[in-house]
Amino acid sequence: MKSYIQDIERALYDVRDEDKSVYKSDAGLTEEIIRDISTRKKDPSWMLDFRLKSLEVYKKISLPTWGPDISELNMNEIVTYVKPNAKQVNDWSQVPDEIKNTFDRLGIPAAEKKSLAGVGAQYDSEVVYHSIQKRLTDLGVVYTDMETALVEHEDIVREYFMTLVPPKDHKFAALHGAVWSGGSFVYVPAGVDVKIPLQSYFRLNAAGAGQFEHTLIIVEPGAKLHFIEGCSAPRYNVTNLHAGCVELFVKEGARLRYSTIENWSRNMMNLNTKRALVEKNALVEWVSGSFGSHVSMLYPCSVLHGEGARAEFTGVTFAGKGQNLDTGAIVVHAAPNTSANINTRTISKSGGSATYRSAVKVTKNAPFAKCSVNCESLMLDDQSRSDTLPVMDIEGDEADIGHEAKIGRISEEAVFYLMARGISESEARAMIVRGFVEPIAKELPLEYAVEMNNLINLELEGQL
Amino acid sequence: MLDIKNLHVKADNKEILRGVNLNVGKGEIHVILGPNGSGKSTLMNVILGHPKYEITGGEIFFEGEDLTALKTFERARRGIFLSFQNPEEIPGITVENMLRTAKQAVTGTKIKILQFHKELLALMKELQISPEYASRYMNVGFSGGEKKRNEILQLLVLNPKLALLDETDSGLDVDAVEIVSQGVAKFHNENNSCIIITHNAQILKHLPVNRAHIFLNGQIVKSGGAELVSEVSERGYAPFEVES
Repeated sequence: MKSYIQDIERALYDVRDEDKSVYKSDAGLTEEIIRDISTRKKDPSWMLDFRLKSLEVYKKISLPTWGPDISELNMNEIVTYVKPNAKQVNDWSQVPDEIKNTFDRLGIPAAEKKSLAGVGAQYDSEVVYHSIQKRLTDLGVVYTDMETALVEHEDIVREYFMTLVPPKDHKFAALHGAVWSGGSFVYVPAGVDVKIPLQSYFRLNAAGAGQFEHTLIIVEPGAKLHFIEGCSAPRYNVTNLHAGCVELFVKEGARLRYSTIENWSRNMMNLNTKRALVEKNALVEWVSGSFGSHVSMLYPCSVLHGEGARAEFTGVTFAGKGQNLDTGAIVVHAAPNTSANINTRTISKSGGSATYRSAVKVTKNAPFAKCSVNCESLMLDDQSRSDTLPVMDIEGDEADIGHEAKIGRISEEAVFYLMARGISESEARAMIVRGFVEPIAKELPLEYAVEMNNLINLELEGQL
Repeated sequence: MLDIKNLHVKADNKEILRGVNLNVGKGEIHVILGPNGSGKSTLMNVILGHPKYEITGGEIFFEGEDLTALKTFERARRGIFLSFQNPEEIPGITVENMLRTAKQAVTGTKIKILQFHKELLALMKELQISPEYASRYMNVGFSGGEKKRNEILQLLVLNPKLALLDETDSGLDVDAVEIVSQGVAKFHNENNSCIIITHNAQILKHLPVNRAHIFLNGQIVKSGGAELVSEVSERGYAPFEVES
């Protein structure tokens, strides 16, 4: 076991200020390409301007100098990642066996498999989807894809779009602003309790979704929503950059629970930006699972902007062979009496590397802020790596900040104990790993918890 | 049922068991008495195949089968159970889930969830374990006494042929020892056997002890009837050290 706290790492906060030093020309990405994307998407003119401005910012900002190595990403060929239609394979036979096998073992029906892999026909969920739509419309809730929102609710989109994650935030936010496409839009009017969880699962094949998708959720005062994004089966894309953006606006007294399992294929660079603005007495709950991808950098951020605002972050990360998953959470206490809980589990095995990275900032304006961080890591073998980098930056007075970090291995005595009860060695180890993530698993929507368990079992097979 | 012949065991290059001979028949209860560090717990762990220990000589037979080639879980499935001196805490796995999984493993049959739940709660009541412990994580945050009662609960659920009780009574107050003792009495019948390591005659109150063994420096130095237990209570181990 070891636990340590690094010196405050400014990079987590300073990304937005450290630009302009290195200018890299990205030959690929041009104004012409952006105009072309915009025209095809029938953007309003302000969105075209937004894209072009983002492109300018993108050209000026250099890549982050901290975190996992993303040098494999050839930014000079960024156009190959951005070009429309390049991302889907059109032939099931081109989907890697590893992914096909996972689909099979997860028991996902054939039609769905192709859809999840990004090939073939539409996922046959139209009926379910429409019945949900009817109930939502009756409540005044808007749930649609971003392209439709831009047409039907242009004023709302324009008011909020990338105001919380501005393009100048970091290079991939700028890239996102320039080339974004697809994603979900949810608007919940004041006081409305959306009792059924909304799942973006149903719209995986919405035009252009998947690579630079934008999620914009606005929960008006006193309203409640549970939104479930993504899908727990791996999605195979030929191209290998995912730079999505999620913006959550949680107004006074509102509650938003945002659950997601990200299980990208093993060639993916997942550089996703997620942020919530939490107003007075409002609550945001993040439930986040990271399983797939080659490299991930993902730190959902809660800005506790109103007095008494709260954030709960629950996350699990599983890094296997060839994976470098750098995940965690950011909380900014910017108002009095705000509180946050961060609770994470990370697992690494077969040479995988899992880093927990968090930043808790308490500003001068946030007296009596409360934050508790609990991060635990489990390494399943000697080749794997696990690091814990919790950063605390406390400017406010009377802050109550707690932190607990553990890094360990499977206890051989615990394995012996279970085996002494007749449980086989592989099952004993799997049980211990499942037990390790249980506090997280119980927060997941049931079907996701089941699939996470299946994924853990799949991941552990062959290893044990 | 259990036949140990001239067993020599090493750990970290140090010899811990130095020629143990022990024969436990069907239906018998044996008591092992000995000072701390004499190798009693090692013997229990070796019977279940703990990977830390290396057998350098001798044999262990269970119902005529050589155990030494079998993995720990295979030995457990043959019907051997160990009540641990220091039971492990296993976060995230509830008592009920673990026991149902274990019961399935040792019986090789699918266990009905609801029926199992009922039986478990009934046994917990007898051992005066409060029902919410069924859904608590295995031994996590349990007091010493609760852990030991939880071991006896497992003994009753899994119903093995041979129960090894490693100081199940240590650290317990008088009432708790009584509960444990009654639990073991409930388990025991003419078809199963027990080996009980103890420093305390209290746990044996409800149990018909067949044999008692004095364990010193990795060996059994004296065997006899139940009267050895009171002899040790009165005189300690010093007289036996002279004998050995």
